[in-house]
Amino acid sequence: MAKLHDFGAKARSKNAGPFWVTIDVFCNSATAFEALCPRIQNTVVADLFKVDPSSLKRFEIAALNVIKISVPRPTVQGSRFDRDMHGAQAAVLLNELDLPA
Amino acid sequence: MTKVLVPAGVLGLGFDPEALERGLSAQPDIICIDGGSTDSGPFYLGTGTSKYSRAANKAEWKQLMQARAKAGVPLVIGSAGTCGSDSTVEWMYQITTELAAELGQSLKIARLYSSQPAERVVEALDKDRITPLDPAPEISAETLAQCSNIVALAGAEQIGAALATGADIVIAGRTTDTATVAALPLINGDHAGGAWHGAKIAECGALCSTMPTSGVIMVEFDKTGFTVTPMAEGARCTPHSVSAHMLYENSDPFQLYEPGGHLDVTAARYTALNDRQVRVEGGTWVPSDRYTVKLEGARMAGYQATIMAMLRAEHYVKNAREWAASLEAFVRDLISTRMELGAEDYDLEFRLIGVNSVFGDLEPKEGNPVEVGVMGIITAESPETCSEIGKLINPFLLHHPLTKEEELPSFAFPYSPAQSDRGALYEFCLNHVMELDDPMAAFRLDVTEV
Repeated sequence: MAKLHDFGAKARSKNAGPFWVTIDVFCNSATAFEALCPRIQNTVVADLFKVDPSSLKRFEIAALNVIKISVPRPTVQGSRFDRDMHGAQAAVLLNELDLPA
Repeated sequence: MTKVLVPAGVLGLGFDPEALERGLSAQPDIICIDGGSTDSGPFYLGTGTSKYSRAANKAEWKQLMQARAKAGVPLVIGSAGTCGSDSTVEWMYQITTELAAELGQSLKIARLYSSQPAERVVEALDKDRITPLDPAPEISAETLAQCSNIVALAGAEQIGAALATGADIVIAGRTTDTATVAALPLINGDHAGGAWHGAKIAECGALCSTMPTSGVIMVEFDKTGFTVTPMAEGARCTPHSVSAHMLYENSDPFQLYEPGGHLDVTAARYTALNDRQVRVEGGTWVPSDRYTVKLEGARMAGYQATIMAMLRAEHYVKNAREWAASLEAFVRDLISTRMELGAEDYDLEFRLIGVNSVFGDLEPKEGNPVEVGVMGIITAESPETCSEIGKLINPFLLHHPLTKEEELPSFAFPYSPAQSDRGALYEFCLNHVMELDDPMAAFRLDVTEV
């Protein structure tokens, strides 16, 4: 198994308004991008956040070597059960995810 | 052609004064800055207050008012005071009049108000002129009445109306991130797709460059697109740094919805003019059939208190989850018997810092922390109930044993009182758009001379 880092990639996340968190996976080469697109399946990401895979928005942007995945927030930003006001730590789940090598 | 100078992504975060000077030398037609966002949470809209300190706002606004006087062009702030409610527009207006007096400036100031009376939104709801976005909470006349503040996001039309008054300074309530920058290029007849696309690139200042904290950038709009230039010494914009900004705080990097239509950048081309400037063409503006503005609303969702203890003894650190579960069951029972409160009357949660406080049940990792922080969060309908629950919990948070057979432990309280009353809790409760017959139908302009 391997992490994003081993492929030469890194994820960051941020709120996209109070109801979405968006995760950008920055790949440092076209090779990394092509290797990661099939490995980071929507079902895997949905499972990390326990949301329905069909609710995700996904963009594979070859021009930037970026995979962008937007997830409807499991808890609305700032509601009483929210734990991460800016959604900025959400990317950690993806950075630490075990992927097929 | 229109040159828009953007000093920073937001007022209150600072910018490079030398870069601002360089921007002024390049003779901008307008200076635009953003003052807010929902990103810091619902408290600011709920209370109608600014996240940033008055001192930071005033110091930076002073620099921009001086820059405006020097350039002799309009200065515009959108989403003034974080949430862009009428109250924060007044707050910003007061700061502006104080500075005008201190600097000896005579000014025409236009205030654009974005707050919405609940009745207007209820009427729109009754007439089927409110459309939910995805995902949207259910709303009713009752929800809307409960909102302490509702704002509509102004677009380029409303900023254009404020500029048409001939104001030196425009203080706008809630606007879209892009509206202040897009307005003048659109008035001047520059390329519409380019105007919105360039505005999105510029909305966070120099975040689209290789030197994000320098703040200042210039965008030159024309008939076919726009050119972006960072103003700080040594800062560069590259096709990558500029195009990557479309990803930022956006759930969709190709389509951006605005009042009156949407921007589509699927076919945009980013070209390096040299090692620091980027030329962008190919973004298209797609007008919509209906003119809609996005709504934001926040309402009170009870009161909160927090209470904090630190576990350092190894036995308790190792068994923190079991201990917290046992403590919670114990104090819930006490709350029921001593305060006669049912489970539906309050919320109580112990978050374990060092174990899973960021992700809760989503946390896949197990570690061996040296110490564990225990943050108790109490939510109830009144501040008195929260405070009372906190006091009831206090001695047990200090002394609760893991099992009945062991010595009574005492944990570390970081301060006295261990409890902090947080006041009111607010929540966002709108993710909808409202249809308008006329862009100004839900906005109000007030022009004064000082």
